[in-house]
Amino acid sequence: MTLAENIVPKPMGTGPGDDFIAPETDFAPVDRFREYRRMWATFRRSHSSMAGLIIVMLFLIIAAIGPWIVPFPEDALGSIHLDRKLQPPNAIHWFGTDEVGMDIYTRVVVGARTTLWIGLTITGLAMLIGVPLGLIAGVSNTWVRETIMRITDIFLSIPGLILAVAIVGALGPGILNAMIALSLVWWPGYVRLVQSKVLSVRNETYVEAARSIGASNFRIIFIHILPNCMSPIVVKASMDMGMAILAAASLGFLGLGAQPPYPEWGAMISIGRNYLPDWWWYSLFPGLAIYFTVLGFNLLGDGLRDVLDPKQRS
Amino acid sequence: MRESSPSVPMLELENLRVHFPTKSAVVRAVDDISLKLYPGEILGLVGESGSGKSTVGKAALRLIDSTDGKIKINGSDITKASGKELKSVRTKAQLIFQDPHSSLNPRMTIGKIVAEPLLIHSRQRGSELAETVSKLLGRVGLPRQFLHRYPHELSGGQKQRVAIARALSVDPDMLILDEPTSALDVSVQAQILEFLKELHDERQRMTSLFISHNLAVVRFLCHRIAVMYLGRIVEEGPVEQVFSNPQHPYTKALLSAVPLPQAERNAGRIHLQGDLPSPVNVPTGCAFHPRCPQAEAGKCDSETPHWVTVGQSRARCHFAGEDLGPDFGGDVE
Repeated sequence: MTLAENIVPKPMGTGPGDDFIAPETDFAPVDRFREYRRMWATFRRSHSSMAGLIIVMLFLIIAAIGPWIVPFPEDALGSIHLDRKLQPPNAIHWFGTDEVGMDIYTRVVVGARTTLWIGLTITGLAMLIGVPLGLIAGVSNTWVRETIMRITDIFLSIPGLILAVAIVGALGPGILNAMIALSLVWWPGYVRLVQSKVLSVRNETYVEAARSIGASNFRIIFIHILPNCMSPIVVKASMDMGMAILAAASLGFLGLGAQPPYPEWGAMISIGRNYLPDWWWYSLFPGLAIYFTVLGFNLLGDGLRDVLDPKQRS
Repeated sequence: MRESSPSVPMLELENLRVHFPTKSAVVRAVDDISLKLYPGEILGLVGESGSGKSTVGKAALRLIDSTDGKIKINGSDITKASGKELKSVRTKAQLIFQDPHSSLNPRMTIGKIVAEPLLIHSRQRGSELAETVSKLLGRVGLPRQFLHRYPHELSGGQKQRVAIARALSVDPDMLILDEPTSALDVSVQAQILEFLKELHDERQRMTSLFISHNLAVVRFLCHRIAVMYLGRIVEEGPVEQVFSNPQHPYTKALLSAVPLPQAERNAGRIHLQGDLPSPVNVPTGCAFHPRCPQAEAGKCDSETPHWVTVGQSRARCHFAGEDLGPDFGGDVE
């Protein structure tokens, strides 16, 4: 092929008002990060976004190194020390102890890993189901789209947590079943989001331009449409981390999620509830842990939305 | 016309129709258009917004499905082409869009945008590809530092140059330019037009369909002009003749609407009454008759006018070729 062979490197004339830009002295690779630097500057300006980022970073660090920094590692998965049961917060047991003498601080810190695992699994599975379906619904013809969207609507019309309770009820209580159930009710949101985004992106001129240069459907979908749909997906995923953690904790609280003595925050509150109000520390600290984690992910999601998807700002 | 010898047309549209069915009616965006573009020629397709000129351009490249008629590129019928056939059409003809801000993928760097057609159509990869892309950028007057920039970091004129570089990467014989300058500043417009003109001077076979509503630009760049009204061509001919001696009243009105520097000369303008009728409800007879200052009841509203040839141009008007009196005197240049 002689493609582009007879292209003579001859620049357009530079007259008055020309927008020709003289070669710059900066190095090309630096340019690659300009976009990210600009985003980071926007993100950093918002105190709440930064608070969210710090909380989430702390949470991730705790989840990563939790088992090695706790004072009573043996309490993480259940041990009995009746001699020190239900102690209020003190210098040895910072968050107090529970009804069998386990250190609540230890269990809250170790529980971060469970919580992270829950959030990632539910959000990840929901995206794994929802994003491809939304993409197919967005680019395909009428009946395929209609089928996917009507099934999605059916799922969306049932309150998620109620459906999840029913599914866990059928599968049997347990942390794994709770996560499966929540994933199964979580995907429809992604289908809706991705489908509507694809519908708007596929009518963009650059998609038409891609078709006019002969790009295959595969290329159009994965190079031109999907990357331009990513911002709202990332934003929703970071918000959903918090929501999924909350939902899993709710199932744990109802006794359908993690089973004691497994260190899960929802389950801890569930048992601690029986010891309120006198032994308040038992449910307060796991509750605060949930509160801050969910808050962190929500603030982070808000911040990411402002940076990645400014038009969605309400 | 630069090339008068009848060779194989680069683009030939035969009775092209593009109708969009809606729930209640059919929008006749393009209704029975026949056009021939010969190698080396620049044809200006003009008309007001909604006249269907962009649809013609997109249908000619099969980006919009035509309802009826034939599309031939370089002699081969591509009306029903698909897959590989259509892919080879994409290397022969390229489209440049009106709005350079939206025709570049915001998630791709300039380098990737320009390289994309080559990734699809050629075997060039790696450093060879990078070298070609740099050359292409140089060709349209952009520094190679732009390779790693994103479209939003560029000005409108720069983006349009990137779009032109992308179109030129596959070395096409034909460009369909869909109002390539109307989204740009006047000074930038001039550079892009100058560049297109140079491109044609350098490459004898380069053929362009230049879609525009700017008559001055068409006069500057094009060899021939076709005037569209409501999905049809109402007049067609060499630029000099159509500009100096327009036959169709719509062409006359368009030409008289071009602002002149001397205010008193603007007084002789023809003001069209009303708006462009809906392409759903095309008027009977001559589609222009409800707005035509010289429509004749009983004739223009019932009989569809045929082509009338005047000199080298032709017009679709019952009164074409007749002297039309002082209303349309020689004040139109």
